[in-house]
Amino acid sequence: MPLTGIEIFKLLPKTNCKECGDPTCLAFAMKLAAGKAELTLCKYISEEAKSKLQEAAAPPILPVTIGAGNRVLKVGGETVMFRHEKRFENPPGLAILITDTMPDAEVTARLDKFNNLKYIRVGLTLRPDMVALKSESGDPAKFEALAGKVKQGTDGPIMLISSNPDVLAAGLKACADRNPLLYPVTKENADRMIELAKTSKCPVAVKGASLDELVELTNKLTAAGIKNIVLDSGARTLRRAFEDQVFIRRSALQKKFRPLGFPTIVFPGEMTTDPMKVAVIAATFVAKYGGIIVLSDFYGESLFPLLVERLNIYTDPQRPLATTEGIYEINNPTDGSPVLLTSNFSLTYFIVSGEMENSRVPSWLVVKDTEGLSVMTAWAAGKFVADAIAPFVRKCGIADKVKHHRLTIPGYAAAEAGGLEEELPNWKIEVGPREGSLIPAYLKAWKP
Amino acid sequence: MAVEIPKALYSGKIRQTRLGTGPKSVTIGGETSYPFHLFEGEMPNPPKIAMEVWDTPPVDWAEAALEPFKGVTDDPVAWAKKCISDYGAEIVCLQLVSTDPNGLNRGADEAAAVVKKVADAIDVPLIVWGTANHDKDTEVLRKVAEVCQGKNLIIAPVEEGDHKKIGASAIGYRHTVAASTPIDINLCKQLNILLGNLGVPDDLLVMDPTVSGIGYGIEYCYSVMERIRMAGLTQQDEKLQFPIICNISKETWKTKEAKIAEAEDPKMGDARRRGILLEAMSAMCLLVAGANVLVMRHPEAIKLVREMIAELTAK
Repeated sequence: MPLTGIEIFKLLPKTNCKECGDPTCLAFAMKLAAGKAELTLCKYISEEAKSKLQEAAAPPILPVTIGAGNRVLKVGGETVMFRHEKRFENPPGLAILITDTMPDAEVTARLDKFNNLKYIRVGLTLRPDMVALKSESGDPAKFEALAGKVKQGTDGPIMLISSNPDVLAAGLKACADRNPLLYPVTKENADRMIELAKTSKCPVAVKGASLDELVELTNKLTAAGIKNIVLDSGARTLRRAFEDQVFIRRSALQKKFRPLGFPTIVFPGEMTTDPMKVAVIAATFVAKYGGIIVLSDFYGESLFPLLVERLNIYTDPQRPLATTEGIYEINNPTDGSPVLLTSNFSLTYFIVSGEMENSRVPSWLVVKDTEGLSVMTAWAAGKFVADAIAPFVRKCGIADKVKHHRLTIPGYAAAEAGGLEEELPNWKIEVGPREGSLIPAYLKAWKP
Repeated sequence: MAVEIPKALYSGKIRQTRLGTGPKSVTIGGETSYPFHLFEGEMPNPPKIAMEVWDTPPVDWAEAALEPFKGVTDDPVAWAKKCISDYGAEIVCLQLVSTDPNGLNRGADEAAAVVKKVADAIDVPLIVWGTANHDKDTEVLRKVAEVCQGKNLIIAPVEEGDHKKIGASAIGYRHTVAASTPIDINLCKQLNILLGNLGVPDDLLVMDPTVSGIGYGIEYCYSVMERIRMAGLTQQDEKLQFPIICNISKETWKTKEAKIAEAEDPKMGDARRRGILLEAMSAMCLLVAGANVLVMRHPEAIKLVREMIAELTAK
């Protein structure tokens, strides 16, 4: 819970020594509260006050980092219940399960899926995040061998699963430098797991049979100095798992209840054996507070929608996604194909380009940077008007791609047609439809 | 140490609305908490799924979406009956695609006659969805309201630009109005007020916040719906306490991601299952955001979502 300036002031020495650079302790306190100053600037603060302030400044849901090197998974750090209140911070990690009883070929196939299923959207690469390795044989040597193979096979974050700390330790031996997530810490194995977590400094995921048990366990871990914790409430029915997600986040954010102030992990693959249901359950937890989502397997048909849903839900509501300015070729256009102009709001781009593809008419789409605003908003804001569009059309290079020099502008920017004809004397400006759904008909009617 | 579950403070509840007439009528709404937050409220009427029927044979549907309706897509009555008998539809949504002035532009009398036939042939509630063209919808939906008097259809979309005439017909012939606004909580509230002033009774009004699927701006309608529910349940905003209807199927199935063949892009996986999942997963997002009725297309997507609703409300 962030303290107010006055609350911080009470903890300061109140000597107005000015050594921090501020005229009074109160002014310094106000800066601290606003996050504009560092506590270390005050040399006279007591240790007790310092720890209180640091404690209060910690985020209500601690961020946890799994993995090492180029590819790490950061989860937690969330600050709101609803994305419209601010934004969701760290998208849930999607993990694929690999067990030590799977045939070698299956392990390789799953690693391939993990490494290769990547999708480009609005200039971003969407891909899954983690490989979850589970010991089913209970044989430490087998688990170590699997962890070694997976470490060789991918640079992605790893999670190790076994309720037997000896088996986990064996897996850890093979990939400790990759900072894997160790799971599960339970009531039964807690003491040995604390040891393992302390020596390896790896993050751990706690599994409780109830929220009460979960709290007992995290208290035990934090008392031992372990803070990289992920929470599994143990629920394996959709209703209970969903409710636990709400309970945990509310406790952390609204009650500032530290023992539950950690990211969560959910296991849709343990709630059903039907891959279609796994996907829909996972979709629920993308929206509702899952920190890590472990899937039984990856399939392009479910992974792609999940990754895009995650991108959508975790988009900052204050900052619309935008696509890159430039020329897009649709259905292999030629120098006689129509040229359509639109804004770079990602939704506008997806709808317009999708409709153009649907029409099967070869055509050019020219996207102007409007700072992520839609056509109408950009037009109203003066970013999609003749003065702005004309220089872009001149320099973007579309004139070299077509012979005809006819440009179709969106119906919502029809008012700019006259201005554009003046600014672009060798272009003929044509007004297209207002709605994306009418584009196919427009393109089919377009005559060279 | 017992964990104390922080409860939300609710000051309002969602209105209850009965769709259709007779023994197969369906009651929606009535919840007293956020969606599926059953530990602190009630959801007396779990969300329902309306199955989509087109009034003209679809020309651009994905093969996967067409396959379950083979042989009936040229007959809306047979199609609607198949939805009920084969796929257990509790509500049917007839999309008046044929009336689109930019398409077939079928006239009001002809379109209304089809609606009447479907309405007479089924006993579950019927949603009738126009094309969102104000002039055409005014013509068509008024005629529909007239010829189906007393059936308590759900007439959609009723927008600010055509609410007076369509609203008046709905009142006159006793149908439910689906107030449709473009993804904006303030416009949504304003239209509810306008329709209230016009005389639409509170129990004959549902809201359509305008929805889109995964990859096409679902985050916008998702958040608008969450804000609408927050306002209605925790901020005593009586004008936002109506049930929400989401016409989601069209939005997911028309996208290229729902249609592209696996051979064309192997990483996208099986096209049939992808289409089903795009629809079911989009529906799931809307459900946790506050949807009361989802208009859906594919029987398997519907089955998946029904199972999710059952599991989220399991005792």
